[in-house]
Amino acid sequence: MTETTRTPSAAPQDAGAVRPEVRLRAEGLTLSYGERTVVRELDLDITNGTVTAIIGPNGCGKSTLLRAFGRLMKPTAGTVLLDGRPIHGIPTREVAERVGLLPQSPAAPEGLSVADLVARGRHPHQSWYRRWSSDDEAAVEQALRATGMFELAERTLDELSGGQRQRAWIAMALAQETELLLLDEPTNHLDLAHQIEVLDLVRELHLTTGRTVVVVLHDLSLAARYADRLVAMKDGRVVAQGAPSEVLTEDLVAEVFGLRARVRLDEETGSPLVIPLSRHGAKAADGA
Amino acid sequence: MSDTSTRNGAPGAVVPGRIPLRAGPVSLVWRPRTLFVPLLTLGVLFLGVLVNCGRGDIDIPVGDVAQALFGGGDEGNRMVVTELRLPRSVTGLLVGAALALAGAVIQGLARNPLASPDILGITAGSGVGAVTVIVFGGAYGGVGGTLASVGIPTAAMAGGLLAAVAVYALAVRRGLSGYRVLLVGVGVNAILTSVLSWLLLKADIVDAGRALLWLNGSLNGASWDTLQPVMWTLLVLMPVALLLSFPFGALVFDDDTARGLGVRMTATRVALLFTAVLLTAAATAAAGPIAFVALACPQLAVRLLRTGTPPLLASALIGAAVTVWADVLGRTAFGNIELPVGVLTAALGAPYLLYLLIRSGRARTS
Repeated sequence: MTETTRTPSAAPQDAGAVRPEVRLRAEGLTLSYGERTVVRELDLDITNGTVTAIIGPNGCGKSTLLRAFGRLMKPTAGTVLLDGRPIHGIPTREVAERVGLLPQSPAAPEGLSVADLVARGRHPHQSWYRRWSSDDEAAVEQALRATGMFELAERTLDELSGGQRQRAWIAMALAQETELLLLDEPTNHLDLAHQIEVLDLVRELHLTTGRTVVVVLHDLSLAARYADRLVAMKDGRVVAQGAPSEVLTEDLVAEVFGLRARVRLDEETGSPLVIPLSRHGAKAADGA
Repeated sequence: MSDTSTRNGAPGAVVPGRIPLRAGPVSLVWRPRTLFVPLLTLGVLFLGVLVNCGRGDIDIPVGDVAQALFGGGDEGNRMVVTELRLPRSVTGLLVGAALALAGAVIQGLARNPLASPDILGITAGSGVGAVTVIVFGGAYGGVGGTLASVGIPTAAMAGGLLAAVAVYALAVRRGLSGYRVLLVGVGVNAILTSVLSWLLLKADIVDAGRALLWLNGSLNGASWDTLQPVMWTLLVLMPVALLLSFPFGALVFDDDTARGLGVRMTATRVALLFTAVLLTAAATAAAGPIAFVALACPQLAVRLLRTGTPPLLASALIGAAVTVWADVLGRTAFGNIELPVGVLTAALGAPYLLYLLIRSGRARTS
């Protein structure tokens, strides 16, 4: 994997003990759906207190990697370590107390109220007789307030807009009170304003609670702006990782996405902006 | 026993709509509906039992039936009510509760209001098991004694389990939710139904008659002896189901979300499915396949309680009340003709199934 990593400083290659600030580590991770291998011998560390964005083309294995980090998938080879321990040796419930996960398109009955949805996030902390403790109540209240959903708590899911719905789901993941949060394309199907709203929320959570966040994103400029670290994937491998301004280059976009693009630094935020170019040259031929 | 005060000292809920009810380590959300709907259902059920026990060769007024049930009143009435008539109602309520509970579990598992043991072929599997014993167990309607009281329930359970395993094995690879599991179930159901027809054709006329009566779902001939298996099954599995209701609640979500919340999906599913199959088979063995109770009652409970998953306890109670009242209707509404309870529940349930189909079709297209 060394030849695929451009930023050796960011990839710890020492075979010794896992540094304590590494919360999640993929080691020689290979993931497959049946015969189809999606992630190949991948090594990756997620450091405590960072926001890591995983980018890459469709089918590059980024969502699959996230599922493995959430223990939703058994590796065909290699392991995922959660705080230094193999994640598959940790009981399901204990993982759920430490890692919160929001899948790409989560499903729930449309008649469920926002408060009830968010309260389900407390499941790992509950038991058959302890179903609404004062801790549960406090966590759910906080999650609702943090996401701005408190006033909408009694609405049912079918009464919400796309952005509100996404915030409700994020609130559920927050109520789980895990130090690690895995979000699979939380901005999917949202318009630009709602995308910003959701990402602002993620950023804010990170700043106020110090949560470690791993997020799969499609929009490169937004990923660069909101993440501390970018991980670029292609064909199930990590192609580059590190600070957004180091990773997100014109060459990388060309290599990973097969797309000619201009990368400029934004004057205000200093983060790289990706301006895709048409394959047909400077002027796109309409309807070609 | 409850402490509804909050940290702010203000009464009521910190989170809107979720009023806490706490005592020591026990805590839950207080919802008036989860208390009042079951209480009301219990009342309706009790009334149904009274009316049903009053009905017979000699009609007994409801008031006298109530007296007899509580050990008072005329001695003759008491004998007739508790020895002869009560078993029919008790079988009805046990069977209804078991079927509705099984239906609630299956609908939650499949995340589909159209799923039920009838539609997934589990009931038909039980039917094949029981009819096999009736047809081959003894010539000329000769099934009796141990073979009837132990053999038929055992065969019904084995048949139901085999059908469930077949559906699970064929459908589970793509997950147990959505329409795939329903289609597989409908297919398995069709195969088993044709096996049933074949069995009936092979049987001699007396056995076939007996089997047909049984296949209609009837509470006729229920006695304290015939209701033993379903009673014990329910006594054991009801607490199991209530314990499982905790992970069951998280099954409203897709698999990834539920797993992310710490639910052990495979173990939970297998345990729930097994519970549902045993309940269905025990109920079917006691009274034959009573149609639509398992399908309609959990949905009724969902609407009355406004919950995400079918509420298990309330579904069971509603199933009991519906079955007893369907029996009352079948015995009284058509003059001298007594209809088996299964015919009544089918007549009531079929339009409801159509309504569900039309509604889900509409939700899809809109």
